[in-house]
Amino acid sequence: MNVTRGFTGRARVHNPGLPPGQYDAGDNWPVLSAEVTPDLTPDDWTFRVDGLVEAPRTWDWAQAHALPESAYEGDIHCVTSWSKFGVRFRGVSLDAFLDEVRPQESATHAVAYSHTGYTTNLPLADLTGGRAWIAWEYDGEPLPSEHGGPARLLVPHLYFWKSAKWIAGIRLLDHDEPGFWEQNGYHARGNPWQEQRYSGD
Amino acid sequence: MTETSPPPGFTPETRFAVPGRIAVSAQAAALWQTATLTEVRRETPRAATYRFAVPDWAGHLPGQHLMLRLTAEDGYSTQRHYSIASAPDDPGHIELTLDHVEGGEVSGWFHTVAKPGDEVEVRGPLSGFFAWPGDRPALLVGAGSGVVPLMSMVRHHRARDLSVPLRMLVSARGPEDLIYARELGAETAPVFTRSAPEGVPVGRMAAAHVAPLLAEQPPGGWEAYVCGSNAFAEHASRLLVEAGQPVDRIRIERFG
Repeated sequence: MNVTRGFTGRARVHNPGLPPGQYDAGDNWPVLSAEVTPDLTPDDWTFRVDGLVEAPRTWDWAQAHALPESAYEGDIHCVTSWSKFGVRFRGVSLDAFLDEVRPQESATHAVAYSHTGYTTNLPLADLTGGRAWIAWEYDGEPLPSEHGGPARLLVPHLYFWKSAKWIAGIRLLDHDEPGFWEQNGYHARGNPWQEQRYSGD
Repeated sequence: MTETSPPPGFTPETRFAVPGRIAVSAQAAALWQTATLTEVRRETPRAATYRFAVPDWAGHLPGQHLMLRLTAEDGYSTQRHYSIASAPDDPGHIELTLDHVEGGEVSGWFHTVAKPGDEVEVRGPLSGFFAWPGDRPALLVGAGSGVVPLMSMVRHHRARDLSVPLRMLVSARGPEDLIYARELGAETAPVFTRSAPEGVPVGRMAAAHVAPLLAEQPPGGWEAYVCGSNAFAEHASRLLVEAGQPVDRIRIERFG
């Protein structure tokens, strides 16, 4: 252990919800997108699931909202080391979309992509079983555009770069294919509890 | 209807601004190294530059950042991402310029405790998307300490005597808050938002600042690098888009 002379740090709070190397951002919700925030309205928004599925499909705003509503209340963790507790998102569970398109048995991974062209890769297992959402409401309000509105992917058990803003679609694949940050040195999976920040971690 | 397997190398239909500019070393990113503080230089009342010796530093490109970690005696540690201020041609050394953030756990230690000889830990360089290898014409737009990674590009441009065009537009509250003021040259146009020297207008960065730069497009066009707070990045990137800069040639690094 390399102790830094004279460094005491902030008050120690025992928080079992805080993954290693993270700090509590409190009320802050930093925005870290690498691209220009798009001018995207609900009328422009569509969401497609295709690739290794039986029945590829595109939903528009109204069609997506006709699916059963689902909420996430819990924590989110950013690779830059902030975590945010007790956030409330509302939208539709990704399972509802996947149930309609019926993934093929050979599908093991997915690339999520944004209306901006941003991409991120995920194992399919991280997108199923009630652990991933298409979210359009934050804290009872429409999701702000700088946070990915009108709708973003939400995969809160992984670092937040996996939760693609301005989600446009998910393509199911039979192999892992690195997305934007993953091609720029970040970890293929990004589990905050194992501190999988960079590709060598 | 069943669609066939997707082709390898999936690319969405929309072009994205930021394919990485360089390959990133996973090895360098994974390894924590000791960085020994060798010098502190005050830049403005709120910002200072910290020079470190990192003997085995793998080298970086202008625009890249690193992760820095401080550890307390009881084992508590905390880490932050910081942009690298120094140019690459400085073997075994890196410089960071840090604002003193109110209540900042890490910047507070740097500004009130740190002195030459102190040791911290770093790993990196990290991320390739904001890197500028010195190849494409670069239009740099920053505010406050957002000038830090852009200054690495300016210094690289000078140190290598590069002929590729480079311009910088940098916003500060006033002349006393302009980081690296002594070093800025003809490539830079400062914008002052609160106070300015006699005869210099005061105001937010506007279309009038951006338009002349986009009017003198070099062959191949500008690669724009925007760095600052989220509010500034939103504002500046919108100005660039409205002035005709293609969305897929704007790279943004936001603080947070």
